[in-house]
Amino acid sequence: MAATIEGATGVWEYAIGLEVHAQIVSNAKLFSGASTAFGAEPNANVSPIDAGMPGMLPVINMACIEQAVKTGLAIDGAVNAHSVFDRKNYFYPDLPQGYQISQYKQPVVSGGHLEIELEDGGTRRIGVERLHVEQDAGKSLHDRDPSSSHVDLNRSGVGLMEIVSHPDLRSPEEAATYVRKLRTILRYAGTCDGNMQEGSLRVDVNVSVRRPGGALGVRCEIKNLNSIRFLRRAIEVEASRQVGVLEAGGEIEQETRLFDVGRNVTRPMRGKEEAHDYRYFPDPDLPPLRLDRAWIDRIAASMPELPDARRARFMRDYGLSAYDAGVLVAEKENADFYEAAAEGRDKKLAANWVISELFGQLNKAGRTVDESPVGAAALGELIDLVADGAISGRIAKDVFAWMFETGKGAAAIVEEKGLRQVTDAGAIGAEIDGVMEREAAKVAEYRAGKHKLFGFFVGQVMRASGGKANPKAVNDILRAKLGG
Amino acid sequence: MSLDEATVARIARLARIATTDEERERLAGELSGILDWVEQLGDVDTESVEPMTGAIEMPLKSREDTVTDGGVAEDIARNAPRYAQGFLVVPKTVE
Repeated sequence: MAATIEGATGVWEYAIGLEVHAQIVSNAKLFSGASTAFGAEPNANVSPIDAGMPGMLPVINMACIEQAVKTGLAIDGAVNAHSVFDRKNYFYPDLPQGYQISQYKQPVVSGGHLEIELEDGGTRRIGVERLHVEQDAGKSLHDRDPSSSHVDLNRSGVGLMEIVSHPDLRSPEEAATYVRKLRTILRYAGTCDGNMQEGSLRVDVNVSVRRPGGALGVRCEIKNLNSIRFLRRAIEVEASRQVGVLEAGGEIEQETRLFDVGRNVTRPMRGKEEAHDYRYFPDPDLPPLRLDRAWIDRIAASMPELPDARRARFMRDYGLSAYDAGVLVAEKENADFYEAAAEGRDKKLAANWVISELFGQLNKAGRTVDESPVGAAALGELIDLVADGAISGRIAKDVFAWMFETGKGAAAIVEEKGLRQVTDAGAIGAEIDGVMEREAAKVAEYRAGKHKLFGFFVGQVMRASGGKANPKAVNDILRAKLGG
Repeated sequence: MSLDEATVARIARLARIATTDEERERLAGELSGILDWVEQLGDVDTESVEPMTGAIEMPLKSREDTVTDGGVAEDIARNAPRYAQGFLVVPKTVE
């Protein structure tokens, strides 16, 4: 939903564009044979190419390009048969080449869009301007020594996709939703693992403010936000800073800023007078990237089902609500688990179990679905016991909690604890007789016309049976006996 | 096309090359000469010519997505003026 900022002189709107850097899933780096594995010993995954040694030549890893093409297709972009690698020149200790190989004027993918789901249940289409492929830089660590920085080049040369949106986003919440949605698409496509803690997904945000319906204002870029929470906060504080400047009669200077998490402010980056002078030029070591149309078509034909299609299928074929379908497809693993648990069963019932019980317990335990002690087959077995009437829905929740705790199967727990539902009319009738004998006064009141006591009797009988009596049988038999 | 000394100073700073006043004066003349020389290309009609990307027309070479390099942290680190515990050590880059 669009949000506004209440200034001293009136209302302002947000205009937000995002540049998402997504680390490509590949074994080797974009232009070298070194590994992309996260968490290796410092500088263990570095080839002389990644270290910028003189005379080393980059040789492209086409698997990285295939991943970029897949991603481009997943966001409905146009894959360019001809694109060019350029050098983006700047000096920094974690950039040993002195330039980053990137794509400037001719990216591999142009255009595209993705649909974001809004809080009011609607959707909004956010335009994507381009997707280009580039090298990542190394990593500087500043906290290991008071007087020096330490550089690890393991990330240097790893393939990245930079995905640039149009300034279409209208609130911090929409920006957060866009990043979550893009992350979901990347994970479905299998082109980026989306792990923000490990830096596989990093966000730069362009923020400007304007009067409602007015022309776009001057923007500032805030770099390197590595969580959705910080993204949202950075946008809020930057927009209110800009409103403050503008309302005081000042002007916004286009610049790159950093978000200071501790102080909750943005501040200009050092050396900004030199920013944006990257002196791009085509990399003479790399001829243009030419893609065969048939190769692109083969990739298009092998695309996996994407989240929007899966959500639509869950609603259409399984009769799930938009909300439930959305919750299930947000993480591919969750949707896979659900489909496995629901296979051959009541789809809505299975969705309820996965969303309320399983996700509830997983949240409490701080685990992902892949770490669930209750597998999809085990949950399916429990759902079958409920569907067959072997146990009641209420008992099933207890059984599920025990399954989650012990990892045992549903049927085993039901047998072990003697939880099988009692449907036998004789046994239930005996429980009812006992209750009616103890509560003779209330039985008299009921028969005298106080019929709202019925619920009380049901409760007493259920309690006497330890929750195992079949509720429908209890109702039927109780009504007959009380009426008599 | 002539470059003034301020532009030379800016280019030198972007390239992290220290220059003196006398050098900048000389370089302004030399670089302007080079640019003038290259600018002669502007006289040629290239309307129907595709931009050239290299002296020899050749396809982009590619590699398989397999790990064939790395595992030489010590060799990499030894190229730095200073290194410690596998890291390259550089002057502090943040305040």
